[in-house]
Amino acid sequence: MYAFTYHRPATARQAASLLAKKEDAKLLAGGHTLLPTMKQRLASPGALVDLSSCADLKGIARKGRNLVIGAMTTHAEVAASPEVQEAIPALAYLASHIGDPHVRHRGTIGGSVANNDPAADYPAALLALGATVVTNKRKLPAEEFFSGLYETALEEDEIIVKVSFPVASKAGYAKFRNPASRYALVGVFVAKRGSEIAVAIIGAGEGGVFRWPEAEAALKGRFAAKSLDGLKHTAKGINGDIHADAEYRAHLIGVMAKQAVAQATGKA
Amino acid sequence: MSATGIGAPVRRKEDHRFITGQGRYTDDINRPGQAHAYFLRSPHAHATLKKIDTMAAAAMPGVLGIFTGDDLAADKVGGLICGWMIHNKDGSPMRAGPHPALAQGKVRYVGDHVAVVVAETLAQARDAAEAIVVDYGVLPAVVDTATAAKAKTQVHAEAPDNTVFNWHLGDRAATDAAFKAAKHVTKLDIVNNRLVPNPMEPRAAVGDYDQGEGAFTLYTTSQNPHVARLVLSAFIGIAPENKLRVIAPDVGGGFGSKIFIYAEETVCVWVAKKVGRPVKWTSDRTEAFLSDAHGRDHVTHAELAMDADGKMLAMRVHTTANLGAYLSTFSSSVPTYLYAPLLSGQYDIPAIYCEVDAVYTNTAPVDAYRGAGRPEATFVVERLVEVAARQLGKDPAKFRTQNFIKKFPHQTPVIMMYDTGNYGASLKKAMEIIDYKGFPKRRRDSARSGKLRGIGFSAYIEACGIAPSAAVGSLGAGVGLWESAEVRVNPIGTIEVLTGSHSHGQGHETTFAQLVSDRLGVPLENVSIVHGDTDKVQMGMGTYGSRSGAVGMSAIFKAIDKVIAKGKKVAAYVLEADEADIDFKDGNFSVKGTDRTLDFGSCALQAYVAHKFNGQDLEPGLKEGAFYDPTNFTFPAGVHICELEIDPDTGVTRIERWAAVDDFGNVINPMIVEGQVHGGIAQGVGQALLEGARYNADGQLVTASFMDYCMPRADDLPSFEVGMTVTPCPSNPLGIKGCGEAGAIASPPAVINAITDALGHEDIAMPATPQAVWRAAQKTLSRMAAE
Repeated sequence: MYAFTYHRPATARQAASLLAKKEDAKLLAGGHTLLPTMKQRLASPGALVDLSSCADLKGIARKGRNLVIGAMTTHAEVAASPEVQEAIPALAYLASHIGDPHVRHRGTIGGSVANNDPAADYPAALLALGATVVTNKRKLPAEEFFSGLYETALEEDEIIVKVSFPVASKAGYAKFRNPASRYALVGVFVAKRGSEIAVAIIGAGEGGVFRWPEAEAALKGRFAAKSLDGLKHTAKGINGDIHADAEYRAHLIGVMAKQAVAQATGKA
Repeated sequence: MSATGIGAPVRRKEDHRFITGQGRYTDDINRPGQAHAYFLRSPHAHATLKKIDTMAAAAMPGVLGIFTGDDLAADKVGGLICGWMIHNKDGSPMRAGPHPALAQGKVRYVGDHVAVVVAETLAQARDAAEAIVVDYGVLPAVVDTATAAKAKTQVHAEAPDNTVFNWHLGDRAATDAAFKAAKHVTKLDIVNNRLVPNPMEPRAAVGDYDQGEGAFTLYTTSQNPHVARLVLSAFIGIAPENKLRVIAPDVGGGFGSKIFIYAEETVCVWVAKKVGRPVKWTSDRTEAFLSDAHGRDHVTHAELAMDADGKMLAMRVHTTANLGAYLSTFSSSVPTYLYAPLLSGQYDIPAIYCEVDAVYTNTAPVDAYRGAGRPEATFVVERLVEVAARQLGKDPAKFRTQNFIKKFPHQTPVIMMYDTGNYGASLKKAMEIIDYKGFPKRRRDSARSGKLRGIGFSAYIEACGIAPSAAVGSLGAGVGLWESAEVRVNPIGTIEVLTGSHSHGQGHETTFAQLVSDRLGVPLENVSIVHGDTDKVQMGMGTYGSRSGAVGMSAIFKAIDKVIAKGKKVAAYVLEADEADIDFKDGNFSVKGTDRTLDFGSCALQAYVAHKFNGQDLEPGLKEGAFYDPTNFTFPAGVHICELEIDPDTGVTRIERWAAVDDFGNVINPMIVEGQVHGGIAQGVGQALLEGARYNADGQLVTASFMDYCMPRADDLPSFEVGMTVTPCPSNPLGIKGCGEAGAIASPPAVINAITDALGHEDIAMPATPQAVWRAAQKTLSRMAAE
């Protein structure tokens, strides 16, 4: 790790002002990606703005048809929240399966979403549920927010304040873990809101999270795992590595999609 | 059996200290004025070192010194050694290149040591290392085991065709003749995957130099501090032995990787004098992946010949073993004398011939890793036997039973003289535990839910208790493999046992104390085990090869005999009886046929006050030492059966059941022994399903972190069902065979035999990852569809 200055603002507003003022400043949320990268000397921010004391970035609330989660809410808090479990149980399930207990008690939804790791779980939920990312400057629909591998629409001095999820009538999440890292090799989040059906996939796309229109069309007929029988995702555009090549990952998309639908329909 | 004696499942005495954070590991040791070392490592697998410019780096804050291979050469510090000479088929010695602790002229693997920076803080050392400018002349890398000998690039000029040796064992003519006469031959190509040891505690070293005494102290993560001192002194030339103390304090796991004498501790102790300060280095996890000696990495073709009835006639094996970029301390012995002599397995095979080609590559050095050669041999034998049974249409258990060795002693055609065993008993018990009879029904049940279920046997044997010194000397070992012990009885009867064995997870502080408690009749808490310090324990050979029970405890046993003999002399004076009439039992000396007794503690006191005897007739004191040199290897053996289920849709393999029946001879602490079996199986399952070190064509280790190198976790494993059979070992006084490596030796073929049983074909390699199994299962499904 190289030397850096450390700041711990008490509000999102103070954080934004530090972010704008300090040269080469980075926001620190849960730190599960940033700190290891710094330890390996692969990142060397001049300043860290630690968001952990910004009370206005935390908390979970049901607001009408939306579930609103503060950016600095940990995965463990989301997993254990009665509001989340009641409104979107698949989201609580997803959070309860991120990483391990250490990760879940430090890692945050805002940090995960802002990093947009192609193997992170949350981006699939945001995209499938049609969530809105609320920053200190604007509101961004998920499909506009995620713009590529580790890339988002966030500007330099922009801070995620909260994420707003429309409550779905049915939702499910299934992932196949990388045996070593236990990140998602393939994760599929399915959601049904009225007649709208979304299938979002993480872990597999060369450009990060993406939707699977063929599966969505198949589920429009009948929202059941059986509707996906025989449906195969193409290996084109799917990434490959030493753990899983594109063909295997593409196959797993189909398997995980069925499991996600089965979960959403209470048949898992 | 007493509550703390031999055979009692005593809880480990050392665990309280470990689980409350009171252990004292090398990195916990901080010497006054200590500086920190950081190694600049090669980012290239193979390159000439055209220029190393340290000017700017040396001027950076906190830097105390920067040293390279040139400085080592100027100080005439010798290279690291390989302690086992192997001879080629033609009798010529193996061809080894030099192994300097800091590279000289060339780097040969990613992680090779280019320079060391010593600075006030680790961060300063690291900053300065980044400022060193190295002009590399990048060369093509030799990476692949099977083709290394044919590569155009030479790793070492001294080893043409990148070949360290072409070695063989056994009778070629007799083997070939048996194959000619055979009715059936089973052939198999096998890759034994490369592993990274990954002990929980990474390697570390603190070098210290006392200018007044002119003496060095090295604190290091070693499984054998005395051998480290011997090598650093006699071969590398750091200092004479009386001026070099090596301390291996608490060590957090080794699995073989801490047997060896590495560049880092050599450099730390050497530079401590050069900078006039104690110097510490602690490996980070990435360095451990890159520079700890790796394990396995064999490519093998094996054949088994049988007659019309399925009786084994002969075995023929050709193995290429990757030894990496340099020869590590015992690397040459692993694919030779620790491997080929085990190819007879538990079977009566009249003729065996094995050829081993060892190659240099631009990868980390490869050396002993839990089992060391014996897992590789067992994998060859047990895969070959399983496939042969399938090809002959025989039940794998019946086929094994048919060919088991049933009479002992048994001389195999590959050196080993098996002393005792009962292989059929272990097989029978394991089959009962796993309910082999019920397997077909369980398989049908799995099939109904679309799963493929398989069962796999592994009837392993290994050679432990290494080893008779004269025997290993005749095979090329540079050292003898006896063990030493000293039993010091204090005046009030408490006892310190000094042992040349080294505990780094094995629980010696408990088991060794149990032996003493049992034999001398003293409470367990009155016995302390002292190890890991060359100033306290005079000499020892350390812990590896499951030798500490069979060899280390036998030395203690011998020393206890001497203590009892001396105690009898003391008691004879005190009890005013003839020495021949003194008995010793349950901690009491007594006069035969009388009620006159002297307890052990009182005897110790009498030995030290020396009031009851004349010091000219009997020396005061009660302290005895012993060296024990084994008369034979020991031969732990057993049968493991793995039952698993494959989901052909995802390729996930779930181990459902595991029966392990081992014959370790007599057992001191069954709880600790079971723990060793569990840990060994976990590592073997890791090799079979999860772990695999992979280099790309440029020689970059692409599995250099836990993100990509998959270690076994608790939820990858079932609850093990462990049983024991006992045939006491006749070659040591305790009847012990050794248990430390058995699980890791037995388990890989059990897993792969079960997977191939489930798949119905043999086309799968280790590690059988979900992707590999999924692909193999598609082949199975398409065959099933075609039928």
